[in-house]
Amino acid sequence: MGAERNRRRGQGGKVPFGWNNPRVRSFVYQAAVLGLVIGIVWFFATTAQENLSRLNISSGFGFLDTTAGFGIIQTLIPYTEQSSYGRAFLVGLLNTLVVAAIGIVLSVMLGFFIGVMRLSRNWLVATIAAGYVEVMRNIPLLLHLFFWYFAVLRPLPGPADSIEPLPGVFLNNRGLILPEPIFGPAANAFFIAIAVALAAGFVLIRWARKRQIETGELFPAWRAALAMVVVLPGLVWLIAGAPFTLEFAEHAGFDFEGGMRLLPEFVALVLGLTLYTAGFIAEIVRAGIQSVSKGQREAAAALGLKESTTLRLVVIPQALRLIIPPLTSQILNLTKNSSLAVAIAYPDLVAVFAGTVLNQTGQAIEVIALTMAVYLTLSLITSLLMNWYNARIALKER
Amino acid sequence: MAMESITGRSASRSKTLTPLVWAQRNLFSSIGNTMLTLASAYLLWLTIPPVLDFTIFSAVWTGTTREACLAPGAGMCWPFIWANIDQFIYGRYPPEEIWRVNLTFALGIAVIVPMLIPGLPARRLNLVLLLIVYPLVAIVLLAGDRPGLPPVPTSEWGGLLVTLVVAITGIVASLPLGVLLALGRRSEMPAIRMFCIIFIEFWRGVPLITVLFMASVMLPLFLPEGMNPDNLLRCLVGVALFSSAYMAEVVRGGLQAIPAGQYEAARALGLTYWQAMGQVVLPQALRHVIPGIVNTFIGLFKDTTLVLIVGIFDLLGQMRAQLADPNWTIPQGALTGYIFAALVFWVFCFGMSQYSNFMERRLDTTRER
Repeated sequence: MGAERNRRRGQGGKVPFGWNNPRVRSFVYQAAVLGLVIGIVWFFATTAQENLSRLNISSGFGFLDTTAGFGIIQTLIPYTEQSSYGRAFLVGLLNTLVVAAIGIVLSVMLGFFIGVMRLSRNWLVATIAAGYVEVMRNIPLLLHLFFWYFAVLRPLPGPADSIEPLPGVFLNNRGLILPEPIFGPAANAFFIAIAVALAAGFVLIRWARKRQIETGELFPAWRAALAMVVVLPGLVWLIAGAPFTLEFAEHAGFDFEGGMRLLPEFVALVLGLTLYTAGFIAEIVRAGIQSVSKGQREAAAALGLKESTTLRLVVIPQALRLIIPPLTSQILNLTKNSSLAVAIAYPDLVAVFAGTVLNQTGQAIEVIALTMAVYLTLSLITSLLMNWYNARIALKER
Repeated sequence: MAMESITGRSASRSKTLTPLVWAQRNLFSSIGNTMLTLASAYLLWLTIPPVLDFTIFSAVWTGTTREACLAPGAGMCWPFIWANIDQFIYGRYPPEEIWRVNLTFALGIAVIVPMLIPGLPARRLNLVLLLIVYPLVAIVLLAGDRPGLPPVPTSEWGGLLVTLVVAITGIVASLPLGVLLALGRRSEMPAIRMFCIIFIEFWRGVPLITVLFMASVMLPLFLPEGMNPDNLLRCLVGVALFSSAYMAEVVRGGLQAIPAGQYEAARALGLTYWQAMGQVVLPQALRHVIPGIVNTFIGLFKDTTLVLIVGIFDLLGQMRAQLADPNWTIPQGALTGYIFAALVFWVFCFGMSQYSNFMERRLDTTRER
């Protein structure tokens, strides 16, 4: 395509003004496309305006301040039926973000684990991982969600006959009930200790790396940092007392009291998203690790590096370069797929806003546009962050 | 496990070894490996027997009513599946017209299968049949309203029929659109390039659900009064636009793999842009991305289930509807239904992914040769 530019530049002056002049042609084509787009937008805008006035639908975002008048089963911020539609939007957005964040962390962990399993020399381990990938990837996500929600979690026994897989953890048809940590007066000191230890560890590792580059002397910085992160908060715990106490749920009447309750909708959504996406991430991880050529490992071994050091310094950094871009798109997919929540009535952004709010207000254009804008923004932010990270670890050719 | 992975892939190359030696090498080569094997075996023991028991050994195979499946400990209720199999395939399509659906399926197989077998002649004719003739024939056959073919409104379509209609329309419409968008994104003209980039990134940035909501709730507001396409058609438009953006990125990958010299040589021979693209660059580029196109299709096939959220009964939606039937309320109903649906989707998707792998290997060897 560059050739065309050169040719055009070389001849630009000689070709007479007319259809044979590439510049004229290009201008005409672009003007035509632009005109077509503007025409379509104009047509839609005017018909929409006519339809809205005919159907007596008000437009604009004024409805966001109106009282919502419906309840939401999971709210991370204070919300009542008297709250506004705008507040309901925020509640839905936070529910989407929390489910996406937990899903991303879990599916990346599970995906890496299974991806490495697939490369195991142990035939049984590799086969189980391959089977997992083939089963999970080839079943629609919505079916995963229906399965976990309608076929597994909903038919569970009621609170009276809850399943107790671990002491203090209850599973019944109203959700998963966990002990809730109640933070005491020592909590602040504890968290400050963790923060200080992390910061000190970070500084220590950087210092050790710099010293190694300059003098060649090794310092077990990672181990020291890890020890600090464990010891410092541990000391605070011993001196100031436990930072939190676990409040266990207890049977009370027909239900449980206290503890932390995860809705069955939430559990099903996280399970479905994690298991489905982990299958894709596992394949990405496998491909990434396999792409590091054998010679790299052999060279590392010839230099006398231990296997674990080879893995950490040679294989993983090169594999990550191939893993990160497709991993980003999987993370984005997971975030977008969390919108399937609407099918099992988990109150995410789409269910609350594009579902209930749209039905109540009828302002389809504003509601859908706002919902889409949120997902577009999330996509944009994730790709920007990942591009930045990708640029940082990209091959630096000197 | 991580340690082992760096030494290479699973060592199953030893086909000629006796089973004992093979097991010793691949399962029990060291203490750590033996422990892994035992842990894996335990995991399988926990998962496989209950699944097999539910789907096969305790399953109810015969019977015609729900009573057959009410025995305590009864597993999967196959009578439920057999009793509703017509709904799962055709939805509420009138039984006396079902031959039209079957004929459409048969014609579909007749035009798609030759397309998938590499090395058959008359590729171009086949492509025209698949992309232009077949869709028109299918519309006439399925929707009817022609002499001898009474009309069947799309609200009566359902089950696998709708799943296939949505998926195949999506792919057939998105292929040409995707090619145009991919070419536009690599165009020299800034206005066209910008338009294509915005179009592609917009559709790739939003979830399909919001697209379907847009198609079913918002689109009617943008159309003149009286012009009210039915729900399925609106969703098809949404799905086609959505998948064309993904298709464009796949095709762009193929275009990038073709050296610029190909295009330049074609132009030097006096071919126009469209001739050069259509006869030199695209045939090579599309060949490269057949696996990518199949993968997009698999994704689309799975995504068709989302149409149930806007009230269209695809296979999964039809399954939900049949599960709500009071004649078939059984405790294991949901498990039965969703396991069966999962099986159907799995067979389709796994088959297609195997085909995609096969094409990938084939393309690889031709490149190496």
